[in-house]
Amino acid sequence: MIINPRITDKLARIILNAQAFFTVGILVVIVVIIFFKGAPHINLEFILAAPEDMGRHGGIFFTIIGTILLVLLSILLATPLGVGTAIFLTEYTKETRFTKIIRFGVESLAGIPSILYGLFGFIFFVIKLRMGWSLLAGVLTMAIMILPTIIRTSEEAIKAVPRNLRIVSYSLSATKWETVTKVVLPSAAPGILTGIMLSIGRAVGETAAIIFTMGSSLRLPLSLMDSGRTMAVHFYILAREGISMEKAYATALILVLSILCINILAYYIMNRVIAKYS
Amino acid sequence: MINTASSKEKIIKWVLVSFALSSLLFLFLIFLFIFVEGVPLFHKIGIKNIIFGFKWAPTKGFFGIFPMIVSSFLVTFGALVVGAPLGLSCAIYLSEYSGKRMKMFLKPALELLAGIPSVVYGFLGVIYIVPIVREYLGGPGFSLLSASIVLGIMILPTIISISFDALMSVPKTYREGSYAIGATKWQTIFRIVIPSASSGILASFILGMGRAIGETMAVIMIAGNALKIPTSILDPLRTLTGNIALELAYATGDHRLGLFSTGVVLLIIIMTLNYIANFVIKRKVIK
Repeated sequence: MIINPRITDKLARIILNAQAFFTVGILVVIVVIIFFKGAPHINLEFILAAPEDMGRHGGIFFTIIGTILLVLLSILLATPLGVGTAIFLTEYTKETRFTKIIRFGVESLAGIPSILYGLFGFIFFVIKLRMGWSLLAGVLTMAIMILPTIIRTSEEAIKAVPRNLRIVSYSLSATKWETVTKVVLPSAAPGILTGIMLSIGRAVGETAAIIFTMGSSLRLPLSLMDSGRTMAVHFYILAREGISMEKAYATALILVLSILCINILAYYIMNRVIAKYS
Repeated sequence: MINTASSKEKIIKWVLVSFALSSLLFLFLIFLFIFVEGVPLFHKIGIKNIIFGFKWAPTKGFFGIFPMIVSSFLVTFGALVVGAPLGLSCAIYLSEYSGKRMKMFLKPALELLAGIPSVVYGFLGVIYIVPIVREYLGGPGFSLLSASIVLGIMILPTIISISFDALMSVPKTYREGSYAIGATKWQTIFRIVIPSASSGILASFILGMGRAIGETMAVIMIAGNALKIPTSILDPLRTLTGNIALELAYATGDHRLGLFSTGVVLLIIIMTLNYIANFVIKRKVIK
């Protein structure tokens, strides 16, 4: 029996549209739930007060500071390494076996799940290098974890800089490094910034790698050797140990909002770059 | 003068080479330390007793992780059953049916959602999916089914974005040729577009699997973490990632080594999956 192709066509259209809207619907529902359950419990005190009684009362100020410190420091470490690698791969060498091996390394790092970064950071930084559960161990682990993203986005951004700009720079007898710093990097900066923003988004939401390296002590990390707690870890502990559903939703909302804002900014910068070059 | 300029260039080049080598160094260190900690137990207990052992009681000398290996694959397969059809449909809708404006809005919106942290997915799974499964289907609710649903949703952005790119890279002339001989839109999609994009779609599934098998925090919140092979989709289970995350904080001695052995197995599975995905993508480029 052959079904009329027109009917199958219509059926397929309906089913595909329904599935697509269902999918988008799920994701919208997730954001809406977090928003409506979290928003009533958010006020200035929640953001600026210290947590009390394991987070049952008070705010999340310490975890906000913990998150900012972790993210800023790991970005500060990973950005020069990542951008430097990208400059080397695009400007200083041709495609050889050596670059292939480095690319393989970067791809492999990108594919390793965060719990294995946690396992590595725990044994290497926390135990072997005797850092203990500390901000420093968390920062180093996170820097390695976001390195592949920064390398790949920077490489794409540098490759997109038109060849002519470089040729003009060389014809003015600029050296390679002068060309890179004064011509290539300024043009590639927005693209590189996109990669950094995406990495920040990833670092803010990370739990598995951080909980075993930075630890989860609920206090203000005052030095690199202090343990601390990020928002994501705080949320995990609030939710898993059932400490306070209200505080959990409120923390989730702050977490999701900050990640969405960072990512939206990243896409905005990226779209402006795409518009500029096409 | 010229001499100092060129020696400065040389120094810069070597600094950049060392930066580039740092990625390899980190990869090497990760493998080294996970293997150095994880491999000795395979010698002491025996590969067979760990990989095919059924009993995990590390304080009593049992390090069998076979149920966890099976569970990891079950959850990953379950996530794919949920996520692959939805994700592919979404990608087809975006590339073939939606208007330009819709595409401009939906694609970034879906990619933004990839940024929602896994703990948040896990939490919502516990609040909304686990009770529904418990009420209407039975069992504890913390189960293979619940974990598969949540992971299936979590891998959607990966599947959609890579499948979409694959579908968009099918040349327009293929579609026009198909319409010219009187095919309907669905016939064109099903017989021409999907087969042409098949390797990219396959790669999106494999990368989705990689994300699901490596996922940790959402899984330990939803899967129930029981130490046996689930016999139905309503049974709780513990994955390789969950085993590490649940016990690392307090494990010592051989117990801790056992968690690194779990890490070794996980690392090998993940690297194999990534290698297959890369191979599939490269084959497409050559073709």
